[in-house]
Amino acid sequence: MTNKIYSINGPVVTVRDTSDFSMMEMVYVGNKRLMGEVIGITDEKTTIQVYESTTGLKPGEEVVGSKTLLSVTLGPGILTNIFDGIERPLKDIQKMDGAFIGEGQSITSLDKDKKWDVKFKIRLNDEVVPGTIFATCQETNLIEHRSMIPSGIKGKVIEIKEDGAYTAYETLVKVKDETGKVHEVALSQKWPIKVPRPIKDRRPIAIPLVTGQRVLDTTFPIAKGGAAAVPGGFGAGKTMLQHQIAKWCDADIIVYVGCGERGNEMTQVLEEFSELIDPRTNRPLLDRTVLIANTSNMPVAAREASIYTGITLAEYYRDMGYHVAIMADSTSRWAEALREISGRLEEMPAEEGFPAYLPSRIAQFYERAGYVDNLNGTEGSVTIIGAVSPQGGDFSEPVTQNTKRFVRSFWALDKSLAYARHYPAVNWNQSYSEYVDDLSAWYNKNVARDFLSLRSEIIAILHDEQKLNEIVKLIGSDVLPEDQKLTMEIAKVIRVGFLQQNAYHADDTYVPLEKQYKMLKVISYLNSACIKLVNKRIPVSLIAETGVFELLIKIKYDVPNDNIALLDTYPAKIDELLAKIV
Amino acid sequence: MAKQLLGLSEVSGSLVVYENVEDVGYEEVVEVMMADGETRTGRVVEIDGDKIIVQVFEGTMGLSKKNTKTKLLGHPMEIALSKEVLGRTFSGSGRPIDGLGEVYAEKFADINGKPLNPVAREYPRNYISTGISAIDGLNTLIRGQKLPIFSGSGLPHDKLAVQIVKQAQLSGDDADNFAIVFGAMGVKNDVADFFKRSFEETGVMEKVCMFINLSNDPIIERTITPRCALTVAEYLAYECGMHVLVILTDMTSYCEALREFSSSKGEIPGRKGYPGYLYSDLASLYERAGIVKGAKGSVTQIPILTMPNDDITNPVPDLTGYITEGQIVLDRDMHLNGIYPPISILSSLSRLMKDGIGEGYTRSDHQDVANQIFASYAKVVDARSLASVIGEDELSEADKRYIEFGKLVEEVFIGQGFKVKRSIQETLNLGWALLSTLPKEELDRLDGELIKKNYDPEHAMRTIELALKGEK
Repeated sequence: MTNKIYSINGPVVTVRDTSDFSMMEMVYVGNKRLMGEVIGITDEKTTIQVYESTTGLKPGEEVVGSKTLLSVTLGPGILTNIFDGIERPLKDIQKMDGAFIGEGQSITSLDKDKKWDVKFKIRLNDEVVPGTIFATCQETNLIEHRSMIPSGIKGKVIEIKEDGAYTAYETLVKVKDETGKVHEVALSQKWPIKVPRPIKDRRPIAIPLVTGQRVLDTTFPIAKGGAAAVPGGFGAGKTMLQHQIAKWCDADIIVYVGCGERGNEMTQVLEEFSELIDPRTNRPLLDRTVLIANTSNMPVAAREASIYTGITLAEYYRDMGYHVAIMADSTSRWAEALREISGRLEEMPAEEGFPAYLPSRIAQFYERAGYVDNLNGTEGSVTIIGAVSPQGGDFSEPVTQNTKRFVRSFWALDKSLAYARHYPAVNWNQSYSEYVDDLSAWYNKNVARDFLSLRSEIIAILHDEQKLNEIVKLIGSDVLPEDQKLTMEIAKVIRVGFLQQNAYHADDTYVPLEKQYKMLKVISYLNSACIKLVNKRIPVSLIAETGVFELLIKIKYDVPNDNIALLDTYPAKIDELLAKIV
Repeated sequence: MAKQLLGLSEVSGSLVVYENVEDVGYEEVVEVMMADGETRTGRVVEIDGDKIIVQVFEGTMGLSKKNTKTKLLGHPMEIALSKEVLGRTFSGSGRPIDGLGEVYAEKFADINGKPLNPVAREYPRNYISTGISAIDGLNTLIRGQKLPIFSGSGLPHDKLAVQIVKQAQLSGDDADNFAIVFGAMGVKNDVADFFKRSFEETGVMEKVCMFINLSNDPIIERTITPRCALTVAEYLAYECGMHVLVILTDMTSYCEALREFSSSKGEIPGRKGYPGYLYSDLASLYERAGIVKGAKGSVTQIPILTMPNDDITNPVPDLTGYITEGQIVLDRDMHLNGIYPPISILSSLSRLMKDGIGEGYTRSDHQDVANQIFASYAKVVDARSLASVIGEDELSEADKRYIEFGKLVEEVFIGQGFKVKRSIQETLNLGWALLSTLPKEELDRLDGELIKKNYDPEHAMRTIELALKGEK
């Protein structure tokens, strides 16, 4: 019996009186074979969300099941590519449809014809288990692709090809399991996007993801395998910060998910990343990047899927032994997609119309981050950095609040900082990172023993400044005692000279940890030198006249990244300037 | 062969329900014929088995269970396209209302459009000189951008839009190759008239295509007005190779129409009663701005919206801000102080500005000057709030200079007046003159070299006075 469409309401379609479909099964809807997913089954009807525009769909058209869960194809050719939310390559769609995206395209996710230079890592008669790396090929100049035995296949290799050039879909290895069944293995495999890929064990968090952004690395660090949220109203610089992290962080692979955001932004990422050169490897950044673009005008159900597609790709590369960072911009659009579908299903809404299962969905997503031991003995990590776009810039709304519960780094972007063009507009009083303690051993060993105490010192100064600001707002800064005036000046040096970072400046866009540490050290030196003077009753205005504060504010431009040793001369310069007063 | 239905089974608000209908497509267009021969247009918005729900754009007044005949047209909502649409005026649903007859169509296109593939987009980089300092200097408009004006009732947003149209200059040989598509949703008659008259005065009327839905026109019609306008704009840009500026006003009325439609359908409301899909719906409009690789033309959008109660966190401006590439915010205080255009520069933003200015586009020091003005003006705000507590006399010397600087920025730089057009050079020089009124060490965003070259307190006042004179 064929299953026919009964009702249509936006992206939601129902089929009556059928028992052919299973929950979350991928289906093809209508004559155009639009992609969809089963999201509800009741006695009388099966509900399907369609990932493409349903305009022109008619009741009575056929719905065909695929007998598999909504899955993505994993294999070589993912990197440098740009996909939509259900892993269809946008460049190929452009070739078929032109500039505007049509419907019902059946396209393979990976290039069918491209041959990869495969080297096998196993031999005939070897025993293999899921996760075993059986072959490698050079996916980009930067990244070696390690193909793994898919889940559920365990046994003896009974047939294997020679090293050579093969496509992603060819059968290369045959494995016979205990029951005598023969499995065919190719470079690519399928994986359902809503199921986390299996791991052997989770490891404790101990290594930071170095981003080269001072306000993050020094004040609010994130760990490899950790999760961070970047909430901020429009214009606060979420996307800009995500771009900066994607460009400069020390992950091996970047998965950038543009979920319900602007089309021009994705174009920009695509252009910029192909031109920008990674400072560590001297290759274009695109060589380590995969983009998933489900812009705001593309169908809403695919927007919901895009986040899962992204995290599945990230886990796949983690399984090969890479450190992966995934940027999700923005998870609020994903939550809104959930709300929209939920509304169409007439489910009972919870807060602000969001479905009651919003927190559990957010938790499921962020829990897929982690630093793990893989099945094949390698270790890898997935770090999630999710942007949140709170309605009206109000952090008390459900998506921000629920996200806060499941991430340990929280980088609150502040509109008033952005108005004053203080970028990155991370508010130092609202943000936090719970990873500092986990990472302290690493910092002590790899940066300096006093790094964390310097960090505490500047955070304390900033905190003092906040309290003093309350007073200044009421009575002006002139009446403060000299030591508090000094705190205000030093805090300004920290804010402008350290926290503020210019993404368009060749040196300032990425700052190595060593330079960050030395900058802190110089600021701390200035602070103690000035305190001594103030204790000798020298007014702060006199200290300011020496230009010592401006000198420190300009360090970020004056000291190039390739000559960090220059910073060691600063204490002497400070002494020299201050000596003029005495 | 178009099918015809006799009668109907239910009417509720703008929605009509028909039963026992077969073979109808989702979002298909229907024509409803009244007993007196009047025809109205509608669209299928929900299908439930053999029951369909149709939204009638012109309203359901006069419809009865017996007297109507309904024709199913078998295709989604389409609009006739041709270069002849320039100089014409249409209703909100795309029917000619200027008495010049139907458009001879070169092709028909689905008004919903299709999503533009991000791979096919060209990143916008070419700036449009509007001759307005607050925009050119600080929130530069880029060709292919969507830059809304956030306004309030009683603020001069219409005047600003007209000034932009009047002064907007495209660089090089494209100067003649531009068109304006104007979509009015729920605006008052005199506002639509003001635009029309202004276009005529500027002499661009034959380059303008207007879609007018007045405030007393059917509300549901508003939900398709911007789609008609954008379909025409895309046609002119990508098939006729023109640079199209689309002005949509007022987006708040559009959203309210959408809310009304949603609630009459019985959908679960999100924030402030707006439907949960408001973001997606607005995105399907705004994202139609852009440049397609290989095409000659471009679509630039300036949507205008009035913030209810001047509240920028209201869902309409809020969601708009998340989709568009920046915003121009008008400020009531400045308006009351007699400053025109009353652009609040701190809350305004142009996201594409950074890539369309500087060497080769405007001037190499553009970004630095803009950053410094923003940073210094932010301090003006602090100084003012302090002054409101302790009085201006008690302020420190530095704060007093900032108060003075703030006044100059607002009165000279921003408040240039309706008739003044400044070149980008004039704007940036004026910016330097204003910065030169501040002590040198306060310019913490500028390079020492730049300051040396341009910081000139002696001639600053003269430049500023000249700018003030230009206003008169």
